[in-house]
Amino acid sequence: MSAVLALKAPGGGLRIPPVVASVALLLAMVAYGGTMYTGFFSAQVFLNLLIDNAFLLVVAVGMTFVILAGGIDLSVGSVVALTTMVSAALVEHHHWAPAVVVPLVLAGGAVFGMLQGWLIHRFRLQPFIVTLAGMFLARGLCYLISIDSISITEPTFTTIAQARVPLGGGAAISVGALIALATFGLALFVAHGTAFGRNVYAIGGNEQSALLMGLPVGRTVVAVYALSGFCAALGGVLFTFYMLSGYGLHATGLELDAIASVVIGGTLLSGGVGLVGGTLCGVLMLGLIQTLITFDGTLSAWWTRIVIGALLLAFCLLQRLTQRSSASGIDG
Amino acid sequence: MMTGRAIPGRRANAPAPSPAPAPREPAWQRAARHPLLWPLVTLALILAVNASLNPGLWHLEWRNGHLYGSLIDIVNRAAPLAIVALGMTLVIATRGIDISVGAVVAISAAMAALMVGGQLQVVNGQPVYLSRFPMWFALASALAVAAACGAWNGVLVARAGLQPIIATLILMVAGRGAAQLLTGGQIITVYYPPYFVIGNGFFLGVPVAALVALAVWIVMSLLLERSALGLFIQAIGINPRAARVAGVRARTITICVYAFCGLCAGIAGLIVSSNVKSADGNNAGVLMELDAILAVTVGGTLLTGGRFTLAGTVIGALIIQTLTSTIYAIGVPPEINLVVKAVVVFAVMLLQSAEFRRTVRAVALRKGSVR
Repeated sequence: MSAVLALKAPGGGLRIPPVVASVALLLAMVAYGGTMYTGFFSAQVFLNLLIDNAFLLVVAVGMTFVILAGGIDLSVGSVVALTTMVSAALVEHHHWAPAVVVPLVLAGGAVFGMLQGWLIHRFRLQPFIVTLAGMFLARGLCYLISIDSISITEPTFTTIAQARVPLGGGAAISVGALIALATFGLALFVAHGTAFGRNVYAIGGNEQSALLMGLPVGRTVVAVYALSGFCAALGGVLFTFYMLSGYGLHATGLELDAIASVVIGGTLLSGGVGLVGGTLCGVLMLGLIQTLITFDGTLSAWWTRIVIGALLLAFCLLQRLTQRSSASGIDG
Repeated sequence: MMTGRAIPGRRANAPAPSPAPAPREPAWQRAARHPLLWPLVTLALILAVNASLNPGLWHLEWRNGHLYGSLIDIVNRAAPLAIVALGMTLVIATRGIDISVGAVVAISAAMAALMVGGQLQVVNGQPVYLSRFPMWFALASALAVAAACGAWNGVLVARAGLQPIIATLILMVAGRGAAQLLTGGQIITVYYPPYFVIGNGFFLGVPVAALVALAVWIVMSLLLERSALGLFIQAIGINPRAARVAGVRARTITICVYAFCGLCAGIAGLIVSSNVKSADGNNAGVLMELDAILAVTVGGTLLTGGRFTLAGTVIGALIIQTLTSTIYAIGVPPEINLVVKAVVVFAVMLLQSAEFRRTVRAVALRKGSVR
């Protein structure tokens, strides 16, 4: 991890505050919930946080890499929906074995992301527009398969969906949440322990410099979008377990939640600075807002969006402040 | 992040520095380089496809005191999108983007529907519709709120220095929540016939919505082309720092541009809610930001900022609406619309990419030399 810290503070500037602020705010929210509502401090409440947001965590981890590399991926929500749709159609209508379907959709997601990355790199297109078109395409493909929801009754899927791994004390966790945590652990290693991860940080910091340093910029950019597509497909598989259905309207706006988690987790949107660990923090915070609103009972659901918007604003402004104090001024 | 790839010499559509005593080129060559050529060709192609499937396309008739026909329908439905896209054009010209317009449409619609409200009362045996507030006041409030939303975006971009996509993402997320808060999560129905004129009415036989769009277009053209404002906006988009150094009040103009974009979204919100006689905080204007950005790019304005074309944007909006109508006319499920749109976006952005054209040219040359 020392390499990470060295990367994070290149000019000796104080670049850590956003992540610290995320952790502090998360702890404050937990403390608030614990003092205000009885029954809040139970292991299951926190495990449910993971269970209900497993797919978001996986998608947001993929998004973290894209944003660290200085890009953005708006297609993830649609890829999640497409994954649920393809899985459901293949399993239910064509009776394929889940052991074939799941690797297939994962590979499909990776290829989808790779193509977007290739377009972005090869033709110097803007990530925003390419992934926007990808978003339309994936959503449209869902409707080509079916405009109705396909519910899944296949035994393997339902068994995995309902399986709970006991953790003692009556608390249990779902398979999906475990997969999400494993993905998160793997992402931590990839970001901070491999050459690929360092390349991502370098490209996000300054693409021209990375190119001059002889780093494989093109390959890394394509790989980053492939990774994001893969994570979106994996998130889609977890979402399929969670909802037990495929539907073209699943996960609308998930890309915004994923971007919000990454930003609230302290990753700079200009790329190059941030921690994958912060994204876990961001996802938990988004989930916690919903949990708190549920516990409160008097607030309406739409307050969730307003609070997330306010948090986004606070963190963006905080990022600007830290950026200015470290006098980077690269951001156009 | 978005602008990091803007490399000098990338501005593909800018006229190349030609040698001073340029030989006069034929008129058709000059026409071929006209920025509006491709949008117009696209529109003509889609209209031709539509006409071949739907022979009644060109049929216009005078019915019940107003024009009636497929074309009028397309123009009428394209109006809100055209208005939003016109506002978006200016934002994109400053090298920005506004993804909150859909949420602002919902806020403005909710605001207007709430304030107009309306109920039926019987006065002296005559049914009379009453609005909660005078209608002009309700409309003005809704538009003021929408413009304020836009100005908020502008302040975040120009003063706080946030990236445009993120600054407007905040309002996109929170704004939809605010619209739902206004409507209480319900669909608010309006019972006040004068309000319906905006989205359904006709003036001199032409749909009011289309006239509003036309008015916005004319006002913008006059403001931008008869004053230096358009030039300033281009300067900001090409190089914000240089524009500021050159004495352009870049920050103030940027804030105004975003506020104007919000205002346009507000006008579109009024048309949309008036058209369906209700306001739905959850679904009004969903994906409108994407359609608007699409209309702007299809119309020929580059997302990298700088040069912009209002006429192109209007044509872009018409292209998108004609495309939708054509898809309906073909009889395929409307859901395929999204796939078609995706293909159009891919095609347009590849055509706008200098690298892509260079590759195509290289491939074509290689083939030519082999023969």
